[in-house]
Amino acid sequence: MEHHEESFITKYIFSKDHKTIGKQYLITGIVMAIFGGVLAGLFRINLAEPGFLTHEQYNALVTYHGAIMFFWVAMPILLGGFGNILIPLMIGARDMAFPTLNMISYWTFFLSTVILVLSMFVPGGGFAGGWTIYPPLSANPQSFMGAQLGTVLFLLAIALEFASMLMGGVNFVTTIFVMRAKGLSFMRLPIFIWMQLVASALFLFSVTPLIAGAIMLLMDILLGTHFFRVEAQKVGDPVLWQHLFWFFGHPEVYVILFPALGILYEIFTTYARRPVFSYKTVVYSTIVAGVLSFVVWAHHQFVAGINPISAMAFSVTTILISIPFSMQLVVLGLTLAGGSIRFTPAFLFGVSAFAMFIIGGLTGLPLGAVAADVYFHDTYFVVAHFHYTVFTIAVLSTIAGVYHWFPKMFGKRINDTFGKIHAILTLIFYNGFAFPAFFLGMAGHPRRYYTALELGYLQKYQWVHEIMTISALLLIITQVVFLFVFFYTIFAGKEEKEPNPWKSTTLEWLTPSPPPHLNWGNFAPIVENEPYEYAKNGKDQDYIPQGRLVKIKQKEPSAHH
Amino acid sequence: MASMQRVEEIEKEEYERFDVPFQRLGFWVFLSGEIIILGGLVAAGILFRLSYPGWFESSTYTNVVISSINTFVLLTGSLTAVLAHKYAVDGNWGKVQLFLGLTALAGLTFVGLKFIEYSKEIALGFVPSKNVFWMFYYGLTGLHGAHVLAGTLIIIGVMLYIRKKKLVEAVENAGLYWHFVDIVWLYIFPLFYLT
Repeated sequence: MEHHEESFITKYIFSKDHKTIGKQYLITGIVMAIFGGVLAGLFRINLAEPGFLTHEQYNALVTYHGAIMFFWVAMPILLGGFGNILIPLMIGARDMAFPTLNMISYWTFFLSTVILVLSMFVPGGGFAGGWTIYPPLSANPQSFMGAQLGTVLFLLAIALEFASMLMGGVNFVTTIFVMRAKGLSFMRLPIFIWMQLVASALFLFSVTPLIAGAIMLLMDILLGTHFFRVEAQKVGDPVLWQHLFWFFGHPEVYVILFPALGILYEIFTTYARRPVFSYKTVVYSTIVAGVLSFVVWAHHQFVAGINPISAMAFSVTTILISIPFSMQLVVLGLTLAGGSIRFTPAFLFGVSAFAMFIIGGLTGLPLGAVAADVYFHDTYFVVAHFHYTVFTIAVLSTIAGVYHWFPKMFGKRINDTFGKIHAILTLIFYNGFAFPAFFLGMAGHPRRYYTALELGYLQKYQWVHEIMTISALLLIITQVVFLFVFFYTIFAGKEEKEPNPWKSTTLEWLTPSPPPHLNWGNFAPIVENEPYEYAKNGKDQDYIPQGRLVKIKQKEPSAHH
Repeated sequence: MASMQRVEEIEKEEYERFDVPFQRLGFWVFLSGEIIILGGLVAAGILFRLSYPGWFESSTYTNVVISSINTFVLLTGSLTAVLAHKYAVDGNWGKVQLFLGLTALAGLTFVGLKFIEYSKEIALGFVPSKNVFWMFYYGLTGLHGAHVLAGTLIIIGVMLYIRKKKLVEAVENAGLYWHFVDIVWLYIFPLFYLT
């Protein structure tokens, strides 16, 4: 590996620097978030004013909104973006273990993004079978317009995205295992790093069966096999796809939840000036939740005709997995106790994510119990539940992280007043569109329907849809403004010279902002303390940094290069 | 430029102080994912074999001669991969090139024979959509064949790489991948040809 003076292309485009790659992921993810949000806005307008879209357009938009928000927003921002930028900085490494693989990972992801967007505009339209790609709708080329080309491109885009995240996962696990700074034992890792480690492992072991499933589905579409299709005289099982999909799909939820929780721990400890309430509880409950996440998948299939006895078993594991997460949320809440809280934008976003996630978690319980789920399944109650969890993860926590690490990433600082207004407006508009959905669900409103007006008993709830649509549109506008402020600040914002503006303990705050190539210059970080030594007497300050930088031995430059 | 060079050296030093070579760890992590992809499909194949009565009848039409030769070819490739690793540890890099070359040749032979086998079967009308057996047959052996091809490309890549940089881990990882593909075949072979 040779380092020459970097040209524009090797520095900003085909860069192997983990920070640049992380920023590329982050910015692609944020742009896709706005794109996915606009798609949601369009079909929400249709729900308020039926007839705005055709039925096919509506189905395709709902499909793409779900897929984009999971695979092109949450994953790239939380793993690709924050993971790449922060893992080497937080563990005191100079880069990832495999920088070239890292670069290939981003460009594979970029290619997948392009294919996904193109697949919306192919003749016959994009894929419109829902983001879960359930057969027989997805496996049968005759099932709807554009099924053939749109579906194949959609699957291709998802496959490339998975490949890119797998490369990232291999890189993350290896980096965390072998490249920690001197003195940084596993039980001293910042919680964010633990979360990334468990999330990468979960992704690695859960996505692979789905890759096998995707190959089978492509064979069904292109070669006329019938793994998932049922035809006369031929065996084939659509529920098999559901098993493969959710064996991936449910751990996937935790793959994005863990890094988001990691961000919340970093933010809560920093702005409350408190050590994390119980570090070990967090680490062990994360591992337990990670293991349990592999045995809960069939709770998505209670009404799909699976064996009632296995439904019962999955119901038990589902309720069981709420225990480690309850522990985590209790620790998170108790971390604030006795703290001296700084109400920065990052903290406001963090604490609203915390509160909203509790709503999301609690409404998961009725869905995990078979008896209640039979009623709630495929209603707006589910929509509300997963928007309270996934929106919290993919939007509130990530924006909190963006505000928190923005000075480190770009050496600039987003205006605080704007940040606070942004946090409050986001919270209001978000609840405005997501909360009424609980009541629609309880009234029996099925999800994914083109309009409520076709069902007599739902006509009286049309005004709820109107409120939800207005809130959703205002929410999108708020985020578009944030996008402008984000880019404005990168190019013309206020400089933040202080390497550690939030007085935080972890290693990434020791190096200048933005960190130089290879992160530490002529110094090397060594770790001497636990990660969250707040509220303790450091030198003239209320915290003790986790480590310090030591100058490394000067060496004579070698003659050859 | 001078400072850049120094940083480069520091980096090298830091990489060397890890007790597990990171190439090896990274490769095992990658391999664990691969095991689940192919392992999952083989497990699905076994489950379908148990519940689908037509399996036995269909499996009599597969070509045992070609597949036996292919088994032999793959296992020989494993042997030469092991020898290549042994010579890499000893530092005899000329021999490493030779034995990696033989392994790559085994890979190409396997894929070539597989194509002959497929074309014979398709000529007889055994296409993927015929029944459950043939669907799994083409799905699994096709995916496995793609892995053999990938393994061959990896070995050719390593052969080019070690001309410049004598890295034992590169030879080891290429060999590991080959053995993995080999082991998967040892499940596929009885499942589709010998039942």
